[in-house]
Amino acid sequence: MDKTNLNLKKRIISDKVFKIGATVAGTYVLVIVVLIAFQLLSESYPIWEEEGLSFITKTDWNAVEDRESFGALPYILGTLTTSAIAMMIGVPLSIGIAMFISDAPPKIGAPLGFMVELLAAVPSVIYGLWGLFVFRIYFRDWFETPLHNAFGDNIWLFSGNPYGLDILTASVILAIMIIPTVSAVSREIMKAVPQQQKEAAYMLGATKWEMFKLAIFPYSKTGLIGASILGLGRAVGETMAVTMLIGNATGIGAIPSSLFGPSQTMSSIIANEFVEASPASIHMPALIGVGLILLLIAIVINVIAHLLVTRMLKIKEGAINN
Amino acid sequence: MNSIQDRRQEYRSLFKQNVAKRLLVDKVVKIIVFSCVIIAIIPLGSILVEVFKNGLTAISIEFLTETPGSAGSGEGGIGPAIQGTLIIIGLSSIIGVPIGVMSGIFLSEYGDNALARFVRFFNDVFMEFPSIILGIFAFLIIVLVLGHFSVWAGAFALSLIMFPIVARTTEESLKMVPMTYREAGTALGLKKWIITFRIVISAAKSGMITGILLSVSRIGGETAPLIMTILGSSQFFSSMDTPMDALPLRIWRLSLLPYDSAQLQGWGAALVLIMIILGINLGIRYYFMNKKNGFIGQLIKQRRNATK
Repeated sequence: MDKTNLNLKKRIISDKVFKIGATVAGTYVLVIVVLIAFQLLSESYPIWEEEGLSFITKTDWNAVEDRESFGALPYILGTLTTSAIAMMIGVPLSIGIAMFISDAPPKIGAPLGFMVELLAAVPSVIYGLWGLFVFRIYFRDWFETPLHNAFGDNIWLFSGNPYGLDILTASVILAIMIIPTVSAVSREIMKAVPQQQKEAAYMLGATKWEMFKLAIFPYSKTGLIGASILGLGRAVGETMAVTMLIGNATGIGAIPSSLFGPSQTMSSIIANEFVEASPASIHMPALIGVGLILLLIAIVINVIAHLLVTRMLKIKEGAINN
Repeated sequence: MNSIQDRRQEYRSLFKQNVAKRLLVDKVVKIIVFSCVIIAIIPLGSILVEVFKNGLTAISIEFLTETPGSAGSGEGGIGPAIQGTLIIIGLSSIIGVPIGVMSGIFLSEYGDNALARFVRFFNDVFMEFPSIILGIFAFLIIVLVLGHFSVWAGAFALSLIMFPIVARTTEESLKMVPMTYREAGTALGLKKWIITFRIVISAAKSGMITGILLSVSRIGGETAPLIMTILGSSQFFSSMDTPMDALPLRIWRLSLLPYDSAQLQGWGAALVLIMIILGINLGIRYYFMNKKNGFIGQLIKQRRNATK
């Protein structure tokens, strides 16, 4: 009797330890998120003290001793511009890909889908290398220079002598990099549309395209927007490929003025200058401050995206078969 | 009488026009959609072709084993970078995998409450954090505190990228294990943790291994967090407290040099890196696609037949 009791107690203890261990590992992510936010906030405190909120609106970037002055605006604008252009190019392509693959017979769709997903496996630094030595050359000679020659004098977007290391090149590479994410999530979301909806559209005599218009798009609108925002989150945080291609201007020169001008994003300025910055000066707090802004933007984007996507996929669970 | 006939004729031709138009639109959309796929695949093809074409000319035994020569000389190799990448992958797996697996167990086995839903959500959001932020974080809490660049800082930063991926895939694969397996264990009077480790995990092994390998292939190409944690070096690994090299870092540094020979070496390093990463990805894919009838499945079958 005693022995069984002891055994039971032991069992309860070891199971409790297991449960506590699992819970601790589960909450690790929450602790890390809080710690990251706290660390970035406290370590960038000097710059907020020095510059106040004007850190966000100023455009200088001067690390020379005694003349230090930092403003993050050009990099925020750089990130927003490159991500926006990348979205404009990448999202329609991704939704097209998702349409094709969700609809093609598996024998064609699966290998093509796999190839598109392989784009996600290519490391960012290799995109950078390829962009720098291959893509940039062709893109400059065949696309940017003709555009510049044709419209450069009249439209400010195409002014600036195209050199290849500019906003447009970086954005196109970013667009390629977000395609696998956006198309994979969009595909899942299109798959979540109940079969009955599609069949109903076909029964009305719809062609395939009309079926997409009638049944799939209205149903999966929220989810597709979520998928695109997820891609936006990717684009905002992407570092290496952009660093290698954007031309790395600093200060007022980094404010995006034309598609063919160099700029700088939040992540690329950190990658370029972090190691050289001295922790004693306010150069490093300034970079960490840029990191904090980047983190906040990334969190907001991703929270919105995940809410939209999970809501969409949840509706699927509830709505079918009723 | 006549007018009805006429109207019929008119409607019929209208209907035909309408159908023809709609079918045309449908066809055009089909072509557009297909060209989207082609547009996306062209860069992949171009990257692979360029990396293999340029990389193969750079690769030799010396290139793979030696330390880098002086900048622009075109001599030396990427030995330290390959070694460093393997070390950093190993170390970050040691930190990241146990946390990820335990976290996945929590989400799947104890995942029916508000806390777990919260954790799951933040896991998903954390997965998308810019990796450079994780680098800054590791720099602040390890490099700055120790006062020097450290391999541990790099491994810690990469483990932060790794564990949410492992947690999520572990959760997904544990959830696939039927409830009856767990009930059978309970009926035998086993403890919950024994049930989890011996029954559930052994049933869900292949899914978990896939997740771990995918996370390895993800961190293998990660550059940004390594810049401020292990910095890069041209020497072989000597201690945990000195800078170390890694393949992505080496590629980046080589691409910044203005020499053709450095560029060529960059392609060589890229080839090695892409072989490691695509190897893992394709291997997983191939294994799962052909589990029964493919190459590996055939081998297993042959061995079984031989033992019979």
